[in-house]
Amino acid sequence: MKEQSVTTGNRLVVSRGHANPPKQEPLQNATNESTDTITNSRSFAHGKNLKSKFTNRLSEFIIEKIIFILGMTSIVILALIFIFLISSGFSVFKDVPLIDFLTGRFWYPNSVNPQFGILPLILGSLWVTAGAILISVPIGVGCAIFIAEVAPPKTRTSLKVVIEFLSAIPSVVLGFIGIMVLSNWVRLSFDLSSGFTLLTGSILVAFMAMPTIISISDDAISSLPKEYREASLALGATRLETIFHVLVPAASSGIVAGVMLGIGRAIGETMTVMMVTGNAARIPTSLLQSGRTMTATIAAEMGDTVRQSTHYHSLFAIGIVLLIMTSCINLVADYVLRRAQKGDR
Amino acid sequence: MKKEQREKLVFSLLTLTAALVVIPTLLMIGYIIFRGIGTISWEFLSAMPRKGMREGGIFPAIVGTVSLVLGTMIVALPLGVGSAIYLTEYAKQGFLTRTIRLAILNLAGVPSVVYGLFGLGLFVLFLGFGSSILAGALTLACLVLPVVITASEEALKSVDFSYRQASLALGATKWQTIRHVVLPHAAPGIVTGAILAIGRAAGETAPILLTVAAFFLPRLPQSIFDQVMALPYHLYIISTQVPGMPESIKYGTALVLLGIVSIFFAIATAIRIRFKMANR
Repeated sequence: MKEQSVTTGNRLVVSRGHANPPKQEPLQNATNESTDTITNSRSFAHGKNLKSKFTNRLSEFIIEKIIFILGMTSIVILALIFIFLISSGFSVFKDVPLIDFLTGRFWYPNSVNPQFGILPLILGSLWVTAGAILISVPIGVGCAIFIAEVAPPKTRTSLKVVIEFLSAIPSVVLGFIGIMVLSNWVRLSFDLSSGFTLLTGSILVAFMAMPTIISISDDAISSLPKEYREASLALGATRLETIFHVLVPAASSGIVAGVMLGIGRAIGETMTVMMVTGNAARIPTSLLQSGRTMTATIAAEMGDTVRQSTHYHSLFAIGIVLLIMTSCINLVADYVLRRAQKGDR
Repeated sequence: MKKEQREKLVFSLLTLTAALVVIPTLLMIGYIIFRGIGTISWEFLSAMPRKGMREGGIFPAIVGTVSLVLGTMIVALPLGVGSAIYLTEYAKQGFLTRTIRLAILNLAGVPSVVYGLFGLGLFVLFLGFGSSILAGALTLACLVLPVVITASEEALKSVDFSYRQASLALGATKWQTIRHVVLPHAAPGIVTGAILAIGRAAGETAPILLTVAAFFLPRLPQSIFDQVMALPYHLYIISTQVPGMPESIKYGTALVLLGIVSIFFAIATAIRIRFKMANR
């Protein structure tokens, strides 16, 4: 019976901690042995508390460091991309001076007297991109306005799903359709000998750039404050006037940013253009000619190169040019978008 | 009256632009289904290609794509979610976070073929993995990382701040709060991002062309250091490099690739819609 009461007392001490020493009579009359137990368990509890606090803090510290390292991944990868491209690409300039590389008019990497001028490739990329932008900007911005302002809610949701799906379609599938269907259509409608032209590439790349343009422009228009619309309508403007004199100007930076990101996507597109533009490395003078882009050159020729040859290095150098172009476009687009968001507030 | 007519005209023009986006997309999908559905059979999906790929199935390409996607997600998911946790929960606003965000933005804009060059330089040659599943999966992981980070960050941000405060007030540590309170609530958003990344990884061609893909390899991979065939590269090969390829096999392969991507897309969309409904 006595033993039991001591145990209960013991439990009481542990649970109450040091601040509240037990005041119960039976405890004070307890034997030496049980007092010992009490003190022991007290210090034990204290130690355990400290210990768990310490392990907790240690594990928190370790986890925080791990998360910090994970947070740095993107910087590390971007740095590695630049380092590896530059280290593999710059050695081409030992054989071909930079100016000749960028402005040379002939790309004959495999001839007896090889020529490494990427001007035809740069122009090929620019022609395809320009064509794609001419097609995708009016259609894309128009579609974004339709989604944001004109379409009834149900149509809007289903349109958005279709457009998102369009952005998920692999580029190789679009290229495949380009080969099987679109190139024939281009050949017949423009009465050409071959349907594999820059225009064919432009049309398909336009479809790859449109989801970007539409979703960013749509966001820019939809996120405008409701007051803009209401104030304009209340002043007696029609819906049409509201859209083109109030909403589109107010969302213009967002729309511009969307178009720029679309351009970035168009320049970087590889498989589609490689499959449908015919890949003749010459300086194009019209969209109805065959041409070759920088991206297609890298993808098509890397497999045939000898490692560490000038040709191999030159393909990495094309990669650097491409990377610099897309980085600039993306940074400017981000700047425009950021400014637009600041203006909103 | 004139004003109304003009408004009608402009609105129908806007409708036309939307139609110009949607109708070709749907036509294209419909056409691939129409031409390819006849080829799809159990044999086509599960047999090895024969006679220089002109007969038989596409089984090794499917296996190759699946193993690449798995490898990609094993690498990209922890890195991406970890990065997002750092950005939303731990990082203080300042120079470092601005740099990280700029890096993510830039990574998202790097052309896929440049990722291929990078993978070739770092994983295939410098680290000596050779053309292998490992090199390809690591390259694709770098490529989808921005998608995973952005989606996870949005998901983490959307968890109400009071949840964190309540958990911390109950005595939970910061990591316990993240692990048991924030992450479970952000899970649907993170999963959606992961699935979209899978769809992207499954469809990419240019990076694997430089780091993994085998032209024709009618056997299954034995280890992560093996080359594999992959669906998107296979479609590229049979539609451009192999003369006399029967059209039915081309359309069938395109349909299988499109089908895989659409399944992931449908799951992601379904989760997102349900999540939105639940949040209302």
